[in-house]
Amino acid sequence: MPDHPEPQLLRPARAVGIIGYGAYIPRYRLPAREIARIWTEGKGGLPIKEKAVPGPDEDTITIATEAARNALARAEINPADLRAVWVGSESHPYAVKPTGTIVAEAIGATPYTQAADWEFACKAGTEALVAAFGLVGSHMADYALAIGADTAQGRPGDALEYTAAAGGAAFVVGPAEESLAVLEATLSFVTDTPDFWRRAHQHYPEHGVRFTGEPAYFHHIGNAARAFLEATNTTAADYAYAVFHQPNTKFPQRMAKSLGFTAEQIEPGLLVPEIGNTYSGAALVGLTGVLDVAQPGDRILMVSFGSGAGADAMAFEVTEAILARRHAAPATRDYIRRRTEIDYATYVRWRGKLVMK
Amino acid sequence: MSDIVIAGIGMTPVGEHWATSLRELALEAIEKALHEAGGLKPQAVFVGNIHAPVLSRQANVGPLVADFAGFREVEAATVEAGGASGGMALRAAYLAVASGEVEAALAVGVEKATDVVGASVESATATMLDADYEAEQGVTPAVQAALIMQHYMQTYDVPREAFAAFPLLAHQNAVGNPYAMYRKAVRAAVYQRATMISDPLNLFDAAPLADGAAAVLVTRRDLLPPETAQPLVRIAGFGIANDTLAWHDRDDLLDFAAVRASVEAACRRAHCTPNDADFFELYDAFSVYVPLILEAAGFAPRGEGWKLGQDDTLTLDGRLPILTMGGLKARGNPGGATGLYQVAEAVLQLRGQAGDNQIPRARRGLVQCLSGPASLAVTTVLEAL
Repeated sequence: MPDHPEPQLLRPARAVGIIGYGAYIPRYRLPAREIARIWTEGKGGLPIKEKAVPGPDEDTITIATEAARNALARAEINPADLRAVWVGSESHPYAVKPTGTIVAEAIGATPYTQAADWEFACKAGTEALVAAFGLVGSHMADYALAIGADTAQGRPGDALEYTAAAGGAAFVVGPAEESLAVLEATLSFVTDTPDFWRRAHQHYPEHGVRFTGEPAYFHHIGNAARAFLEATNTTAADYAYAVFHQPNTKFPQRMAKSLGFTAEQIEPGLLVPEIGNTYSGAALVGLTGVLDVAQPGDRILMVSFGSGAGADAMAFEVTEAILARRHAAPATRDYIRRRTEIDYATYVRWRGKLVMK
Repeated sequence: MSDIVIAGIGMTPVGEHWATSLRELALEAIEKALHEAGGLKPQAVFVGNIHAPVLSRQANVGPLVADFAGFREVEAATVEAGGASGGMALRAAYLAVASGEVEAALAVGVEKATDVVGASVESATATMLDADYEAEQGVTPAVQAALIMQHYMQTYDVPREAFAAFPLLAHQNAVGNPYAMYRKAVRAAVYQRATMISDPLNLFDAAPLADGAAAVLVTRRDLLPPETAQPLVRIAGFGIANDTLAWHDRDDLLDFAAVRASVEAACRRAHCTPNDADFFELYDAFSVYVPLILEAAGFAPRGEGWKLGQDDTLTLDGRLPILTMGGLKARGNPGGATGLYQVAEAVLQLRGQAGDNQIPRARRGLVQCLSGPASLAVTTVLEAL
């Protein structure tokens, strides 16, 4: 492997943080055993319990909008003061015409705002978040909104069909003084690694099977996390919680263990067994799960992963302000508990997998 | 005539070498073998490889490897005989030296199974079967082995659990092999729960196709450089026999006749009997192959080969150690390189360099690779000098 230059830790010019956060998970659930019933006669291991499926009138835009409304409720700001509404997704409804403009208008953030879409597989949302920290951290703006949301499509019969799910999380970024969780720093690790991709006119993505493991997920999260810990002079023990990208249950558990994190540290942020992999939402929705229970003074490490490939590492310290504002919107667990089970036939119909003409 | 000896061996770890190319993998093994051989250079290079033309879009692997290793004006060719490619590459090297045509010949096996992922890899392995009458019907090597396993179990009333002994033994022995792909022992409960691949064959009944390269440099004993430090191992004899390619064409579906013929021929050449071998590196591509090989080689009566796994007969301490460094199941099965890994591992045993897996006083080893269910059997007898 080629030698890497020195790891680069990013810190904003002024202290910033998360002033509001919110998630949205669709209510429908397709159990993994139901997928196995159709494809493997019920045999074989299951990577998760069940996944969230969007209803017939839901998409990345509706998910992003509801998550954004929850984030704004906790942020307690005028949405017209947002200077960016950035949505990261791999299922933007349009290839050309941003999700961001629709969300921005729906939440009252137009017209003086940025609104381009972001894409970097499952880390599109955290890229938008890093940029939001930069926009606010440079004094160009006081408030910015970054969202990661997806309605991921799984190829029928493929291993990823068990986990490709729908959901999203939104973060209002603002000055540290107003924050529920203050940003410490970010560090990203990116290479050209084609582990998972979708060409423009393909319906379903393709992936490199075992190549998506060590050379992709573990290599990028591992490098980003280790570089971040070293650059910030911290170890796993310094954090109350850690959240990793969660394509299935085993990968983040293995990642956490290799970095020295305990099962307890990752538990509130490990939601994939119950909702599946929400792709651009995954690490961010996990972060909302942690923010729902974290206490003032807690430090949180989050490391996302996006195929293609790269990882964004960032850490936060929770403030006193979270105690009062946390309850202004539904907790992520409330969305997880709100559940209507569907069968494979209903899923196939709603996800547009039937040839209609 | 002077003994034909092994001047040097080299192996890469077996595994998923995403970042290493076919030619780099081969070079790694070659450099180790040449280093051991104290400056001896081959005049012929025979490369054992099965899948490069399909998986790496690279044919002409003999000249490719010879060039990348820096050899010039040498003979070079790929040797392909399915799973027995590595053994046949050694055969070619042996004949080149034994004939007097060259002074030293290099047999190097290399496989880069991970140049492609997914279903196309299994399609590629199916090309080793009879394309028109087996693969065309949907048969793959695993499916074929499953059919053999069903037939064996039904014919001899063999309990399903009996097959667990062979993969479990392989994994146990691989703990002591630093080149092995899987170095952890496996519990019986894990075998019972393993994913079904093709009824009744489960994930642990099939050796993993993987990446790896192994090189063996062959020369005449009187041509060895004085700097050679390794204890000497000679090639005492080869026995090679074919059978029908398609399994359904066999006269007797549960008789690996090619194994019998090749063991008899190799032992005749080496002036020994199979029982004179201190260990048997056999081709455990699928767990059902093991009892069939043991029966055909004369170590057990028909239908009873599976019983040898029920006690410690086949363990490192037993009277017939097999899979001494993990076999195909746990060391891994790097296609065209496998036959040369088996030879290299046998050489380590005979040199007394097998570490924790050393069979005490190992003097003679029986090494055998197969193409499929013994469509071709290549047996070599190696002896410590």
